[in-house]
This record gives sequence, structure tokens and C-alpha cells, in this order.
Amino acid sequence: MTDNELIWRIAGGSGDGIDSTSQNFAKALMRSGLHVFTHRHYPSRIRGGHTYVEVRAKDEPVQSRGDGYNFLLALGDSFARNPQEEAYYGKEELKPLYENFDDLREGGVLLYDEGLLDQEDVDETDLEAAAEENGWHVVPMDLRGIAKEHGREIMRNTAGIGATAAILDIGTEEFEELIKQNMSGDMQEANLNVLQDAYDAAAELDIDHDIEVPESSHEEEQVILSGSNAISYGALDEGCRFISGYPMTPWTDVFTIMSQHLPEFGGISEQVEDEIAAAALALGASHAGVKAMSGSSGGGFALMSEPLGLAEMTETPLVLVEAMRAGPSTGMPTKPEQADLEHVLYTSQGDSARVVFAPANIRECYTQTRAAFRIAYEYQIPAIVVYDQKIQGELRNLPASHFDEEPNADPGSVLTEDEIQDAAHHSSGKFQRFLHEPEDGSNVSPRSVPGQKDGRYLATGNEHNPSGHISEDPQNRIAQMNRRLGKLDDIRADLDENASHQTYYGPEDADYGILVWGSQQDTVFEAVDRLNENGHSVKALGVSDMMPYPVEAVSEWLDSVDEALVVEMNATAQFRGLTQKEIGKYGDKLSSLLKYNGNPFEPAEIVDGFESSINGEDLAASNMKFLPAAGD
Amino acid sequence: MSAFSAIGDDREIDRDEFTPGIEPQATWCPGCGDFGVLKALKQAMPEVGRNPDEVALFTGIGCSGKLNSYFNSYGFHTIHGRSLPVARAAKLANPELEVIAAGGDGDGYGIGGNHLIHTARENHDMTYIVFNNEIFGLTKGQTSPTSPKGHKSKTQPHGSAKSPIRPLSQSLNAGATYVARTAAVNPNQAKEIIAEAIEHDGFAHIDFLTQCPTWNKDAKHYVPYTDVQQSDDYDFDVSDRKEAAEMMRQTEEKLYEGEVLTGRMYVEDARPSYGEEKRQIGEMPDEPLAERYFDEDAEWERTYDKLLQHHK
Ligand SMILES: Cc1ncc(C[n+]2csc(CCOP(=O)(O)OP(=O)(O)O)c2C)c(N)n1
Ligand code: SF4
Repeated sequence: MTDNELIWRIAGGSGDGIDSTSQNFAKALMRSGLHVFTHRHYPSRIRGGHTYVEVRAKDEPVQSRGDGYNFLLALGDSFARNPQEEAYYGKEELKPLYENFDDLREGGVLLYDEGLLDQEDVDETDLEAAAEENGWHVVPMDLRGIAKEHGREIMRNTAGIGATAAILDIGTEEFEELIKQNMSGDMQEANLNVLQDAYDAAAELDIDHDIEVPESSHEEEQVILSGSNAISYGALDEGCRFISGYPMTPWTDVFTIMSQHLPEFGGISEQVEDEIAAAALALGASHAGVKAMSGSSGGGFALMSEPLGLAEMTETPLVLVEAMRAGPSTGMPTKPEQADLEHVLYTSQGDSARVVFAPANIRECYTQTRAAFRIAYEYQIPAIVVYDQKIQGELRNLPASHFDEEPNADPGSVLTEDEIQDAAHHSSGKFQRFLHEPEDGSNVSPRSVPGQKDGRYLATGNEHNPSGHISEDPQNRIAQMNRRLGKLDDIRADLDENASHQTYYGPEDADYGILVWGSQQDTVFEAVDRLNENGHSVKALGVSDMMPYPVEAVSEWLDSVDEALVVEMNATAQFRGLTQKEIGKYGDKLSSLLKYNGNPFEPAEIVDGFESSINGEDLAASNMKFLPAAGD
Repeated sequence: MSAFSAIGDDREIDRDEFTPGIEPQATWCPGCGDFGVLKALKQAMPEVGRNPDEVALFTGIGCSGKLNSYFNSYGFHTIHGRSLPVARAAKLANPELEVIAAGGDGDGYGIGGNHLIHTARENHDMTYIVFNNEIFGLTKGQTSPTSPKGHKSKTQPHGSAKSPIRPLSQSLNAGATYVARTAAVNPNQAKEIIAEAIEHDGFAHIDFLTQCPTWNKDAKHYVPYTDVQQSDDYDFDVSDRKEAAEMMRQTEEKLYEGEVLTGRMYVEDARPSYGEEKRQIGEMPDEPLAERYFDEDAEWERTYDKLLQHHK
């Protein structure tokens, strides 16, 4: 286990302020010079239930959540005081305390709010025995009491932060600064008092533990944000000014962020009646000349299948976001999974041409959303950004300069009115929008926008001739199909040249490989470091382009290793299947490590999984599945 | 110069400009009511003074959906039931376009029913023409949401147990600000109503009675109809919601009793259109959004300058 790191877990009921408190905690640590990463776990419940967030802080960039954690702030579930529920569920308010025992490391600190949790009940949980066995430092404090004294009971979380700061000896300066920034008047004052009081009370306890919070400083100015922020900002910087959507977890995050900011950027947001309408509106706005996007999660994306196909057939640029959660059907609304890959690749009828990017982290959420817009509008094709509930909500710091990029409002391959005058027209007066062989030799035919003089054409989901008129002529059909599908090869070449989205990690000459996509990539990278420290010879390749698939890059890399383990968060090895399908070989070289219990991989699990796989052993852990090579 | 110079061009418009030179006979059967809609629409265009390049026509799927193959404007033949959401967004993106949507009764009142309710509720500034032939035409004669109770078809061999939908009442209830019924057999009225609907600033729904001589032998064109605006027997105030509702109830009942009443049923001028409401609350720019992408002087803000401060 890595030393010299803090993994602080705050646990409570949904509605207890766990999210905002952890965000502030992470930001304060970042401001003090550390690198931070947050991991969120929450149930599909609005109030109450057990939810936690971990903040991992190190003096070097943090790639993933760690293995377990070393400091627990258990606030208890303040919404679980209903006697009827108690009869049914048991003592719910205790869950944030005792459901977190499993992962607390040896020698860890366990701070809980004895103001909310009855001591008698706590005793029943065998906390003492567990603490003794693991060398935990148990710190009961009346956080509720401190909060009440200066303000209101809900300020328990501020008290928790004050006490944490004292126990970890990290000072309260950054927290005070944040309180001053975020609040004013009485609220500000009360919170500052609660913070200080709890700090003093905890300092007096003088707890002797050996968690060392590292110290560091940043060379460059940092920002901390979530994957959903990064996707939204990528879209805005790419000139997206129209969004339409219908709420569904976890997609709602991007939809909310965009809706909040679009009006100030002069754009339009529309919450509509369903996801069919949502995608149809984005399509309509794009048709009329505006850069637009929509998105959803599994079930909602299923409804978008028809408008998606219409965008392909009418060659209307469109960007969709698919935020995956565990399925099938409504599945587990608040749990991550990478099981919608085949859904986004193949949904909708016919031979399809679409682009699919799977960013692996917050950095890529920004760059690949930008790439998705650029490709969609240049090549007149729908592009999907697929990510999952894990990246959606996790926070991570990165240099602010990553976002210091010029905006790109270019609507892509749209002609000006002068160009339209010179372009080919049909005898019916219609503009030849869907030329079989565009003059520039590309597969992208010229596009006009309603309202432009002499640019009239018919966009239709039926097969059509160059001017858009419906046609079932066999020769025309072949020409149009070939041109539309041919764009994928052009895009593959474009990406190879301009924006390779694949990430290589570890020693180039390693014998073994781990192949990974999306949100699990950086966790795999951390595991690769540990495996090499353990004496293995391992490298990793994180693939972000799902369609068009980077056949050449992945083939070359697979040629360079003896065997490769594919790590993904689903039960049917969808990415491995895609790799074999696209490359057409390597069936005997690829095996899979799968996890689909609703929680992302921890680095140690990948280390264990890898070691058992090369030793030919069964997996010790029951929360993962091993799928051996299938042969060519 | 505007990037959309076709918009606002006020020369005389000739209805032939809307004829693309492709013959509808290719897909529409002889005697089909759809010819009547096409003709009325073309005749209405010079009256509203819009030229083909500033009109965007969105259709659904069905025989009716073929309308924009024979109408020379910007066209979008979308998917079954979805013309309205595509059209709505085009109007928001560029409010200066003349947006018209059209489709069949299966398309608009069946699969697209939800969109109709919401488009009417929001009062988007556009015109929606439903070719109501009380049957699914293109898929060969199945019962539609407007087919009368007891209607027999291959998919309802014992006669439909469902009462027909009341599209006008439904649109009125949902919030449409212009609701009318007309018929292919009354070309003058049809042309006038279409022109009026296009000029109306808000959501205008026209239930356009067409006949499908191929699958629906009981088509209404055999029945005499009455224009309620021209008949002293049906004196009511079209701007009065209550009177209009009562009138609609009567006409929708009579429709199935064999008396066809057509005309404007409800016209409300005071309510601002959706785009206007959105603009007033600051959720929509004053200038057409689409224009900005073609304006070389437009300034595009970066998130880096504006939003990243919160994350430091
Ligand atoms: C999602 C979907 N379901 C079914 C169809 C098949 N379909 C095509 S047209 C049509 C019915 C059209 O009837 P109507 O809207 O009344 O138009 P008409 O042909 O009578 O003008 C149907 C069911 C389709 N194209 N798409
Ligand atoms: S099937 Fe009916 S609706 Fe379709 S074209 Fe023929 S007559 Fe018209």
C-alpha cells in the first residue's frame, strides 16, 4: 500500500452535505499545493441512505481512487430517524459508520458524530473489537453539538472539517478562505466559528496516529473540476450554443451545467418531453446552422436511436453524450458500468457511420468533446462522447492552462452564399447537397443552411439522389452508401494525423500488456506502476477512439506483447469483442478482467487480477470475473 | 451582408416558384386529398410573401410526408411522428425562417401525439398541417387515431373499439393559439387558412381533411361541408376560449355524424410565442443564433476566461 498519501472518506446520508463538503475539502487541499482526486459513491435515493465521497491527496498527480482509505469522517445519516423505517431497515443512521469498516486501513482514524449517533447503538456494532484488531484510532466527537451552539445542526459538516484539520494537523486557513468566498453575513460567521471550535476541541484530544499528509506546491495554477464540467466546457469552447435534453442520471449533470451557462454565452437550452424529442431538436438546430448537442444515459439513449440514424442519413452534424450507468434497463441508476459500448456503436438501423469517442479522464473529456464537435461538423456525421458515471462525478485537479485554448465556432463544411451560387444545382432548382463525388475528392459533400439564397435541398431519411430527392436507384444507392461510410476512413486518417487519442503507458519493451478503455484507464496505469515495482514487465494502452477504431495503432501494440489482459467494467467483455472484430485477430492473445458489481476497479484489484491471470490461478476476489482467451 | 440574404427579400413571389418540376403523381394515387394540400400551400405562399429559400418545411413519414418532395423550399423529411421537435429547434435556431411542419393523422396524432401536445403547449411560432384522411395510407390502410369507432381494417378486423381522437379540442387544451379545420375540397378556404396560420405569431394547428380513395372509401369528400365562419348558424367568437371549445366539441361530434364543419375555430393573438417568451426571460438571444456562425465579427467567449475561476 502506498504511503505518504491521505485518503479521506466522508460518509453520511444523501442530503447531509457530503458532496459539497468533500468538494471544498478537495479544493482546499489542492490550494495547499497537493494533487487531489475524488471518488463518489451514492445510492439511488434523494434523502438518506448511505453515501460517501473519498478525497485522495498526494504530492504527485493522482490517477485514481486508492485502495481503501485512512481517515473516515462518519457524519451518520440524519434523515434516518423515522421509527417506521427503523423497524424495517434497522438503525439506518449508523450505516455511514459501520458500513465503512471494510476498507479502512490499519492504523486509520475514525471520527464520528456522537451527537447524532447514540453511543449505546454504536457499542452494539462491535466497533471496539474491530478498532483493536486494526489499530484504528476511534474519535467520537459531538459535532452536532458544536454546530448547534454557533449556528444550525446542518453545519455538522463544517465541524467535521475543523476536527479533521486538527487531527491531521493541516491548519484551517484554506477552509476559512473557502467559507469566506462561498458565504456571507451570519452564515459565514457561524461557519467560521463552528470550524474553529471543532478544530480547538479536536486539537485538545491530541490523537497520536501516523498518517502523514504530504506537502507540496504546484508549479502552475491548478483547477479542480469534474468530467461533466470538462465535457460542457469543451462543447462551449467548440461553439456549441444549443442543447436539448431530458433528465436521466448521470447525463443530467452535463445537461444542468450547460443549461446554467448557455444563456450567458448567448445560447439556448431546451428541456423537452422525451429523449426522442431531445435528439430531434439538436438535429433540427444543427440543420438550421447552429452547433448543437444532446445526450442521455442508457435508456434515454435507446430512444435517440431513430434521430441518430436520421442524422447519419441526412448527414447532419450532431453531437450526443452518453453517460453510462449500470444496466440492463434502468439497472442501477447511480452506479458506473461500461456496458453501453455496443449500444452506442451499433444502435439504430442500417449500416451506420458514426464517430464514438470514450474519454478516459477529465483532461480527455475536454479535448475529446472538442474533437467530437470538430469531426461532426467537418465531416457531417454524428459523433458520440461516451463516458460513465465514474468520470461524470469525480473531481480531479489539472493545470488551468489545459483549458487555455482558442474557441472554434467554425460551423464546418458549410458553404457561403457565394459558394452556393457557383455550386451545382438540379434542374428542379435544388442545390446538389449530396454529390456522389464532391469536387475536393473527399467524401464530404457541400452543405447549405435554410435561409441561404439558392441553397434549397431536401434532407430525408430515405435514400436520396444528390439533390435530396428520394431515390431507390441501385447505382445511386451504392454511390451514396460508399461515400457516407467512406467518411470513417477519412476520419481515421485525420485522427491519426491530428489528434491521436490513444495513451501509451509503461516501459515500451514490456512483455505483457493491459488494454483498457474509458474511465478505467488511469486506474490501470497506477496498477501498471505497481506491477512493474513487483518485478513484472507490463505496459498499458488506453484506447479512446471506439469508432473509427485505431486498428493500426492497437495491432502494432498487440504485436509487441506476448499476451494482453483487457480490463473493463462490464460482464460481457464488450471492448475486447470490439477489438477482435475490428482487427480480426488476436483472439488467442486477449483475456479479460471484468468487474460489474457497480463499483469501479481499485488499483490493487487489477494487480491481483493480473497476477492470478499470469499464474493461471483462479481469482481470489469474488467481485471480479476472469474471461480467458477465446482463440482465433 | 447577412449570411441569409434570402430572408426578408420582398419581391413579388409567384406560386410557380414553389414547384420543383417533380410530379407528385409518382407517389400519390389519383384523387388523393394530398394534392389539395399541396395546391393550397403553394397558393398561400405568394399571399404571405415568403420566397422558397426562407421557408423550411418539415414533414413526417407517410404519403403526406412526401409533401416536400413536391414543394420547392428547404425541406426536411424527418422520421415518423418527429417532424415537430425537429422543426421547433430550427425555429429557435433561426427565428427568421418560416417554419412549417406537416404530416398525417397517424404521424401527428398517433406516434407523434406527445410532441403535438408539447409544441402546442409551448406555443412555438410555426404552422402545423395535419393531413387527416382517417387512415394510415402509406402502410396500406390500417386504422388511425382519427378513424371512426367501429372502423374495420386488416389490423382491426372486428371493428375498432376506440373512439377517435379529438385533435382540435386537444390542441386548444394544450395551448395552441390558432386552431382550424379545412378540407381539400374547399380550396379557397384552405388557401386562406394556411396563409392566416403562417402569418399567425404562435402555434397554428390546421386539421386538414383529405381523402384517401385507395384505402378509405368513406372519405369525407362525399359529404357536404359548412364553413362555420360564413354560416349564420354558427355564430361564435373565435377569440373566446370557451365558445371556441364548445364549437370544437360540436364540430368534432358532427364530423362523425356526417356533417363536416370547417373554418377557424380559435385565434388568440395576445399570447407571445415561445421564442418571444424565452427571449424576454433571457434564455434566447435577440439576434438569430444561426447568424452568429456566419458573422466574422462575432466574438466567441472562452470558458477559460469566464468559467474556470470557480474551479481555482
Ligand atoms: C417508427 C416507425 N414506425 C412505423 C413506420 C411505418 N409507417 C410509415 S407511414 C405510417 C403511417 C402513416 O399514416 P399517416 O400518418 O396517417 O399518413 P398517410 O400515409 O395516411 O398520409 C407508418 C406506420 C415508420 N416509418 N416508422
Ligand atoms: S394511399 Fe391514400 S393517402 Fe396515400 S397517396 Fe394513395 S390516396 Fe393518398
